[in-house]
Amino acid sequence: MTPEQAKTAFAAKPVGPVSGSLPQNAKPAAASAAVNSRATAALTVKNLSVFFGKHQVLKAVSLDIQAQAITAIIGPSGCGKSTFLRSLNRLHELVPEARMEGDIRLFGQDIYVKDVEPVIVRRRVGMVFQKSNPFPTMSIGDNVTVGLRLNGTRNRAVLAERTEQSLRMAALWDEVKDRLNASAISLSGGQQQRLCIARALAVQPEVLLMDEPASALDPLATSKIEDLILELKKDYTIVIVTHNMQQAARASDFTAFFYLGELVEFGPTSQIFTSPKQKRTEDYVTGRFG
Amino acid sequence: MTVSSANHLFRKFKSLAMNAVCIGCALLVILPLAVILFYLIRKGASSLNWAFFTGLPKSAGSVGGGMGNAIVGTLELLAIASIIGVPIGVLGGVYLSEYGGERINGWIRFWADVLNGVPSIVWGMVAWALVVVPMKGFSAWAGGLALGFIMIPLVLRTTEEILVLVPRSYREAALALGLPQWKTITRIVLPTALRGIITGVLLAMGRVAGETAPLLFTAFGNDYWNRHLSQPIAALPLQVFKYAISPYDDWIRQAWAGALVLVIMTFLLSAGVRLFSGSRFQKNT
Repeated sequence: MTPEQAKTAFAAKPVGPVSGSLPQNAKPAAASAAVNSRATAALTVKNLSVFFGKHQVLKAVSLDIQAQAITAIIGPSGCGKSTFLRSLNRLHELVPEARMEGDIRLFGQDIYVKDVEPVIVRRRVGMVFQKSNPFPTMSIGDNVTVGLRLNGTRNRAVLAERTEQSLRMAALWDEVKDRLNASAISLSGGQQQRLCIARALAVQPEVLLMDEPASALDPLATSKIEDLILELKKDYTIVIVTHNMQQAARASDFTAFFYLGELVEFGPTSQIFTSPKQKRTEDYVTGRFG
Repeated sequence: MTVSSANHLFRKFKSLAMNAVCIGCALLVILPLAVILFYLIRKGASSLNWAFFTGLPKSAGSVGGGMGNAIVGTLELLAIASIIGVPIGVLGGVYLSEYGGERINGWIRFWADVLNGVPSIVWGMVAWALVVVPMKGFSAWAGGLALGFIMIPLVLRTTEEILVLVPRSYREAALALGLPQWKTITRIVLPTALRGIITGVLLAMGRVAGETAPLLFTAFGNDYWNRHLSQPIAALPLQVFKYAISPYDDWIRQAWAGALVLVIMTFLLSAGVRLFSGSRFQKNT
């Protein structure tokens, strides 16, 4: 089975504007039933606990992440936000002593069962990191297509098309279209981060995880990234970790507040910021601690 | 006012003095190299001519001849040593940096460092026992193997050190794109570190190029061209050794010239090829 086939075989619901070129397989019956029962949940997390060695970082977190919406994860440093995000694409497994309990389903499909490779999960759940990390040995264009090329896409026309598409979606195309062969590290910090978003989009994930994508950027670059995230919402499910309350309030549809490894409160962003049910949430969003 | 300005002067003086000491020490480090080069050029340059690079050694006492076979022999030995030492060293370094657990890595590092400290003549004895005895004769294979043994721990440790310098974030970015770990290593991590790995390999080659002891009873030396790798082969350090302890003036002059060529070869190895290595975009790693 080629990687692409493997992807479509596992993919219950290929979403995204650019997946037209892929064969759209019929959904497996069980998966579509699950999708129907929770009309728009892209990721269903139940009783998720994550341990690093003896240290428990996440404590029985349960929450549903809505498809084609932006879910913000907020909370003070060390509360498990990043670990939560990384458990959604199994990247936390890179830590040798990491262990998880609970159940995470991507469009109804358990991503932690034995026969699901983390590699396949990560193709469906993309990620953008806090610090931009374009590959320094590659050009701008090569950075965008690296996920496709190294997973076996050879067709130049497809690669060129996907390069333009992804860079346009990342609002970077106009700035780099004349120098796709230039070094990726010749770009500014904000451009590098948008390049990383384009790189993640090029493999056409269904969910995009963002770990404080704008925290290392200046205000102008930050607002560009925010506009971009709002634009991407039309086609993608986005989960974003942020330390910036205004950013969460401005950009997200749902907000989850984590504190000391627990999910304190989860709900529509307007509710979390204007009429939170928990005292701790109110204290945090109004800046009284954290 | 006066106190503070006197203090200022004193601090300025201390700063200057320490600067001078540091510069002096830096010069002391370079000095031996300069002296060696100067001496080798003075003693050896006059014997360098076309025949030296292309000719065979003449019989004892007669004037002329050259070390062509020894120069080619050293290059052949380096090639054999690299074929053995580079893949094992680099892949071992990849294991240490990318796969190995804390405990097993500690052991491998410890043993690699012990191997690094093993006297080179011991490696010659190992190669002698492994190759010369079963094949019933000295050979280029045996000499190359002895040098390869010396290269393995050197290349292993430098490769690991360079790979560890590649930021984690590149590995995570590649894995988050759904790339398998082996592709992440071969297509992202290794190219990023390529320049450093090549530098480490060249330094290891430079180190073994001048080794004499491990070749004494493996490559053995040869006054003629090596026709087959299972035959004894000449090497520059061996030839220099043999000529330098001889009673003939012309041989001693040629020994100086041979040493000069050897130094230039190692110099080229560590400096020259480095210019051509590295990736398209990277200035340094």
